[in-house]
Amino acid sequence: MSLTALLAFIAVCALATFATRLLPFVALARQADHPLILHLGRYLPPAVMLILVIYALRDFRPLIDGRLNAAANGWPMLLAALVVVILHLWRRNALLSIVIGTASYMAMVQLGWSP
Amino acid sequence: MPQDRPWKSAFSTTLPVMFGYLPLGAAYGILAIDVGVPVWSVLLMSLVIYAGAGQFLAVALLGAGASLLELAVATLMLNSRHLFYGLSLLQPFSGAGWRKPYLIFALTDETYSLLTSQAGALDHAQAFRISLLNQLWWVLGSALGAAIGAGLAFDSRGIEFALTALFIVLTLEQARRLRRGLPFVIALFCGLAALFVLPERHLLLGAIGAATLLLLGHYRYHREADA
Repeated sequence: MSLTALLAFIAVCALATFATRLLPFVALARQADHPLILHLGRYLPPAVMLILVIYALRDFRPLIDGRLNAAANGWPMLLAALVVVILHLWRRNALLSIVIGTASYMAMVQLGWSP
Repeated sequence: MPQDRPWKSAFSTTLPVMFGYLPLGAAYGILAIDVGVPVWSVLLMSLVIYAGAGQFLAVALLGAGASLLELAVATLMLNSRHLFYGLSLLQPFSGAGWRKPYLIFALTDETYSLLTSQAGALDHAQAFRISLLNQLWWVLGSALGAAIGAGLAFDSRGIEFALTALFIVLTLEQARRLRRGLPFVIALFCGLAALFVLPERHLLLGAIGAATLLLLGHYRYHREADA
């Protein structure tokens, strides 16, 4: 990739990110308490979060193609996700959940362990 | 808000974010080096983009050779939640003067959480220090990751799971705060449906777009039911 292309890539990503943060301040200042905005502001973020989880776990696809699992890292992924959920419900420490979950996934993947 | 040691006070406020951003920034740095992004670009992205999940996505798209249009659309969709952060800060940020553009630029999930949990009226100078320190932790973490990644000091296979773990933690926190099943039922339906009917590169866009439409439909249905 050329230098220009890389800089263009970074610039587009920076502008798109800033745009999402700036937009309400310039465009919606007077509609801040419109019920539709409040409705989306309340329900869209949690929906997006769960969709991101589903997206991140997409390699785990049991029973597709008649096999138990399509990707080798599917089970470690699901088990590590369970570790994160259980740990977070138990201790509610975001950093702890993320570090232990990631470490257990890395261990399973690097040791080549899968049921 | 202590008046005599404002930086020290800001530092202790941002400590939990520091412990989150250093390893997460490092994970991003390692991943970016792994994909082939030069070290200066790894740091530049943390300086001018400054978005956790957004930068992971950008690196993945860079590695996959995505077009600028795909990048722009995916970034806008991924960060659309920030639209709603801004809405609740319109009032607190008004009158922030020259600090306001940076406060808006640096509005990550974590900074938003810290600023909205400050007691009383928002102190703009202190909000600026908190935002600045948070970005410092992120840039330092990226630099650390770039250094580790470039030196290949350890086997980093699987470290990208940190992002999955982050999303799981944020979902659980959202569920705890909201205590309503609606958005999660909608997300589950849209996410799984997209998984089965859409090609992988349109998955995220399709699922989030469908969820937004369903939420709009739900809003209109309730308006008409109330009227």
